[in-house]
Amino acid sequence: MTVPIQAVNDFVIKFANVNGSGSASANGMFAKALFRMGIPCAPRNIFPSNIQGLPTWFEVRVSEAGHLGRREGIDLMVAMNAETYADDVAEVRPGGFLLHDSTKPFPKALRRDDVTFIGVPIAELILHEFSDPKQRQLFKNIVYVGALAELLQIEWDVLTGMLEEQFKGKEKLIGPNVRALEIGRDYARDYLETPLPIRVRRCDGVGDSILIDGNTAAALGFLWGGATVAAWYPITPSTSLAEAFEQHASKLRKDPGSDRHRFAVLQAEDELSAIGMVIGAGWNGARSFTATSGPGLSLMQEFLGLAYFAEIPAVLVDVQRAGPSTGMPTRTQQSDLLLAAYASHGDTKHVLLLPSTPKECFDFAVEALDLAERLQTPIMIMTDLDLGMNDHISPPFQWDDARRYDRGKVLDADGLEQVKDWGRYLDVDGDGIGWRTLPGTHPEKGSFFTRGTSRDEYAKYTERGEIYQRNMERLQKKWATAATLVPKAEIREGAKSKPCGVIFYGTSAPPMPEALAALKQQGIDLDSMRVRGFPFGAEVYEFIERHEEVFVIEQNRDGQLRSLLVIEGDIDPARLVPVLHYDGMPLSAQVVERQIAEHFAAMRKPRLSEVTP
Amino acid sequence: MTFVAKPKTHHPKLPRNELGLTRRDYEGAVSTLCAGCGHDSVSAAIIQACHELSIPAHRVAKLSGIGCSSKTPTYFLGKSHGFNSVHGRMPSVATGANMANRELYYIGISGDGDSASIGLGQFAHIVRRRINMTYVVDNNGTYGLTKGQFSATNDKGSTSKKGVPNLYEPIDLAMMAIQIGATFVARSFSGDKEQLVPLLKAALKHEGFAFLDVISPCVAFNNHNGSTKSYEYVRGHSSALALADLIPTRDAIEVDYAPGAAEDVAMPDGSTLRLRKLRDDYDPRNRVTAMDTLMRMNEKGEIVTGLLFLDDDPSDCHEILGTVDEPLASLGEAELCPGSERLETINAAFR
Repeated sequence: MTVPIQAVNDFVIKFANVNGSGSASANGMFAKALFRMGIPCAPRNIFPSNIQGLPTWFEVRVSEAGHLGRREGIDLMVAMNAETYADDVAEVRPGGFLLHDSTKPFPKALRRDDVTFIGVPIAELILHEFSDPKQRQLFKNIVYVGALAELLQIEWDVLTGMLEEQFKGKEKLIGPNVRALEIGRDYARDYLETPLPIRVRRCDGVGDSILIDGNTAAALGFLWGGATVAAWYPITPSTSLAEAFEQHASKLRKDPGSDRHRFAVLQAEDELSAIGMVIGAGWNGARSFTATSGPGLSLMQEFLGLAYFAEIPAVLVDVQRAGPSTGMPTRTQQSDLLLAAYASHGDTKHVLLLPSTPKECFDFAVEALDLAERLQTPIMIMTDLDLGMNDHISPPFQWDDARRYDRGKVLDADGLEQVKDWGRYLDVDGDGIGWRTLPGTHPEKGSFFTRGTSRDEYAKYTERGEIYQRNMERLQKKWATAATLVPKAEIREGAKSKPCGVIFYGTSAPPMPEALAALKQQGIDLDSMRVRGFPFGAEVYEFIERHEEVFVIEQNRDGQLRSLLVIEGDIDPARLVPVLHYDGMPLSAQVVERQIAEHFAAMRKPRLSEVTP
Repeated sequence: MTFVAKPKTHHPKLPRNELGLTRRDYEGAVSTLCAGCGHDSVSAAIIQACHELSIPAHRVAKLSGIGCSSKTPTYFLGKSHGFNSVHGRMPSVATGANMANRELYYIGISGDGDSASIGLGQFAHIVRRRINMTYVVDNNGTYGLTKGQFSATNDKGSTSKKGVPNLYEPIDLAMMAIQIGATFVARSFSGDKEQLVPLLKAALKHEGFAFLDVISPCVAFNNHNGSTKSYEYVRGHSSALALADLIPTRDAIEVDYAPGAAEDVAMPDGSTLRLRKLRDDYDPRNRVTAMDTLMRMNEKGEIVTGLLFLDDDPSDCHEILGTVDEPLASLGEAELCPGSERLETINAAFR
């Protein structure tokens, strides 16, 4: 007989539902309730590319210790989709629990001896209480949350308080929702053994954190950062970013006198048009951005080359999803890095920002708008589906009211009067960045022709090879300037460097503290570095230099971050060991731990006494 | 093309406009197109229109795609900012630019390859969005810069220089523009300055999306017998149904038209648009009859020129979106940033 798992504030619960049944909001309420009890948790929606009918899951990692990367194995499965019972049962760890709707008996063949089955006759309970078929469907989800409240000891007031907030203005919906919660709670109280050996308990683990998704965070960053033109084309998983911008801007960016908008959002006909609009707006002096995902970034290549070569500010968020082509559109990956870094034909390179929390999505959105105008080039923020669409516990956003937008080198009419020899592409400051002018500035001075063809320092068309080459070298100088301006890598190492280290970025960060702690227990002690921008700053190469061997952890098949390090830093590939994960699910600490431990095991040569008889 | 630089001095008696500028002040660099190219006449017409309207050149933004036509913004309005973007994608760049600053004049120059083939999607959508601009297609039915392939506006049966007939149906951009929401649509001929300049002036003053399909013969690859876009063919087969003249307020309005044939439309800037109907049965303010007439005349192989359609109470994209009057690009932190206090309420909403 397997002993049931005992755990307080340290488990993984997974909800298996049918897409379009209203489960997402109930599951979200569950996660938020734990967050409000001060318990660190990480919800993850694992959804299909479908509107209604296909299986969908929602996983919540609960960890008082603050380990919020994905963890393998499920402690409590809430199995609400008969179609996936077999898979869902199989995923439960020995000693785990499975809650199901016992209105119909759970198939005997699927039962396991090492799992505790908890039956709640949800459909039957609902049938007696509600007559509206739509309510019957929706409240099934609320009933299991009610049952979980009793089983796991979720504070009742927290749940009802959330319902009151959610239905503010529609008060008559509060009653039936609370009733559905009560039905679940009362059944559990009357008929089940409660609480379970796994449960939650209020703690002080979240401080002043907020619970928010990266797409909303980036949208708010653009709003605070002064973006006025947003152009986009719907694509999962980036769509909610543009929608959040429009939603919040509609409230926060109105002219108080006229009630009219101090922003324009354009849903373009495709991604080519979206980036074209951003470039047009940037050329004309507005802060502008687009949000897309891999297939959209593929389409935007030609325009990104134009913006690089003609030196026009533009900001793009790539919320990466899995795979080449359409791939797995609702799964996560970090597989657009190379495409973004070298987007478009010819010699091109692009500045990338690599956030790993919603707070950084906000900050980097603001930063990207500044950098785009400072560097007069596209800036791409590389997030992914996991960061963009799932809620994460994040430090709260901060704004310094004294902060001024960096509008970069733009000559106004007075400036043009003062400058004697102005050339759009003259490097007068030695940083590779020329002074630009905006249309409409001066009746006589400062007009020039922006083009994707080669030109001289005065923006005159030229096909002279030496002038083309000189321009390309200046762009390389600008690239070196960019390396000093992008966010610095976050390095963790003791007073004395250890022989080996790890490098990672973005959503590969959350599981790392847990993985490093586990490895340390095995005697493998590693320094770590989280890169946050490209081009890499000197600190990135110095970190690698200080270590004999560095593991590069990322979520793609080809080791794209590793390739960038090798290409740009001229680093011996043998020193960079790839640790890869690319099944479309967020990275877990276990994957990192296993691959690094295996590497050390393989490297350890057998002792003579072990091989000689 | 010529390589002789233009003299910078002006003839002292050149007429000056309200800004005290001569026509020469609106010129650009020397054209690099073939001698006799229709596109150079279109550039000259734009220069004349802007000069006569006394538009400050630096308040104009010129945008284009790729191709012979798209090179021409270099050859007019040298004091304007120009943007030679990517092939077929000028509409999106113009859209973004217009969103950033609604106070400038926008002139988009495109070609039939640029707008009817690679850029057909973007063309359709800029029409729908009603960007306030003047969009000119220098339409020669051929890919000049790649040496004479048929373009999508080339008429079926029209032949290449070597006598090979075009097998595919043509796209009529003017017809499309009328159908999907343009508020000013005209067709003209680069060889007819008398008609083209007034149409351009009316288009520039139109506060909505103004489209001009200008048949502009390619002397190098599409000006032979058998082409329906040659100087000779267009001269022999085109007729205007309605015309538009822009009359600045300071000019006395002379009545020299047959009664009923002219109608005056007041423009927001105080000028008057005089609509001249050349045929009784053609009403350029009715989308349905305009399209009907165009289709019937197209079938007979006749080229309809002049003002094809006009919505005299146009709306533009800024109106549709409800944006503020000030250019969005001119707004700073005070107008754009909600500040730290509001951010605290946002934080609170996510706890």
